[in-house]
Amino acid sequence: MLDLQGYGPRLLEGAGVTVSLAVLSLALSLVLGLATASAKMSRSVVAHRLATLYTTLIRGVPDLVLMMLLFFGGQIGVNVLTDWLYDTTGVDIFININEFVAGVVTIGLIFGAYMGETFRGAFMAVEHGQIEAGKAYGMGDRLVFWRIRFPQMMRHALPGLSNNWMVLLKTTALVSVIGLSDMVRIAAEASKATREPFTFMIVVAVIYLLIASVSEWLFARLQKRYSIGYGEMD
Amino acid sequence: MQALLDRLDGLLANNSIFTLQTLSFYGDGLVTTVQLVFLSLIIGLVMAVPLAIGRSSRHGIIKWPIFLYTYVFRGTPLLIQLYLIYYGVVFVEGIQESWLWPIIKEPFVPALFAFTLNTAAYTTEIFRGAIKATPRGEIEAARAYGMSPALALRRIVLPSAFRRALPAYGNEVIFMLHASAIASVVTLMDLTGAARFVYARFYAPFDAFLFVAAIYLCLTFAILYFFRFLEKRLLAHLRPMT
Repeated sequence: MLDLQGYGPRLLEGAGVTVSLAVLSLALSLVLGLATASAKMSRSVVAHRLATLYTTLIRGVPDLVLMMLLFFGGQIGVNVLTDWLYDTTGVDIFININEFVAGVVTIGLIFGAYMGETFRGAFMAVEHGQIEAGKAYGMGDRLVFWRIRFPQMMRHALPGLSNNWMVLLKTTALVSVIGLSDMVRIAAEASKATREPFTFMIVVAVIYLLIASVSEWLFARLQKRYSIGYGEMD
Repeated sequence: MQALLDRLDGLLANNSIFTLQTLSFYGDGLVTTVQLVFLSLIIGLVMAVPLAIGRSSRHGIIKWPIFLYTYVFRGTPLLIQLYLIYYGVVFVEGIQESWLWPIIKEPFVPALFAFTLNTAAYTTEIFRGAIKATPRGEIEAARAYGMSPALALRRIVLPSAFRRALPAYGNEVIFMLHASAIASVVTLMDLTGAARFVYARFYAPFDAFLFVAAIYLCLTFAILYFFRFLEKRLLAHLRPMT
């Protein structure tokens, strides 16, 4: 039988860290993605260029390198800032960058770029006539966005979102490298201590597959919800 | 060459971090990264073709094991696969006595092994999608010409499937380049490994990681343009006529 040698509870804790990290990063990336998509579709040249720069740079550099840059570099950046604060105002504070926050920010920042591309394509797939119809009903831009464009965009965006989420979930494993105790790190520690890498790594792999399967099911339900009125007539 | 090195040395005279020595770390790292990515992609590609054909088979006994393999390798983080192979290889019975051990105990081999299995799984699914998308008429036409299924596969299905798979495969190549950064975790001195070394030695995260990010960015764009060029050549017949 499966013997986790007392590492069971810690592995579960690590799984909790993985899931909350993934969900929070997803939330951040969705916000960033919507902002990026809006910037790319806006008439402002500056916003468009900035958004393009952001998505190009982020998608051209490995996740791990970005993570280390933001985590190790972020600490120095914060130190410089607090030193400056001390020199100018005499306020002495020390901020230690929390690995969890660094993880959420980095993963959110990386996947915001991918989400932006997904959202942009989805927004463009909404027929222009729909927006005109909304305007004809006297809706303002904001109301048209929330009532017409957003719900219809989601139908087109969901397959891409689900794909991004699966990649994001697997990317969370990288935070173990910068020192966050997610389930991968705990499994790696347990493997070294007990000299049984197969047991722990396979347990963690199964947990990842479980999370992926559950989210696949959730996304299928969401897809059904946002497809109401499509493809049920025939 | 010597003159060039001297000039570079002069250029770097006032820089304490980017000396010839650290640049040579990055250079070696670049070679390791390119070797690792190139080898795993080539082996993965060779593995993926028969696997994709098997995955498209009608027989469950061929289809399902391949599906299980791609599902597991696409559904779990590459880092886990790497750890499993890197830490697990020692426990394979008799491996430490075998003549291959001096090569296997280097981190390069387990990393190559993990990356190859990973990219083969993704490539298998890409090819399977491309094979499935073959227009029925093409297969029927091949049959009408009296081709056997094997001949039709070789002459009709695969050539057009490879072309259709090209854009998705280009993404996979870039994905592998980025994923290869993970190899630094098992102490391999690839590009990211070099950056981590320089960071640890000089405590200069911005210099170390921004420089390596720029190299990755250049590599990414080189791959991107290479695949655009390939698509232009190989998919010319699919472009809309102007």
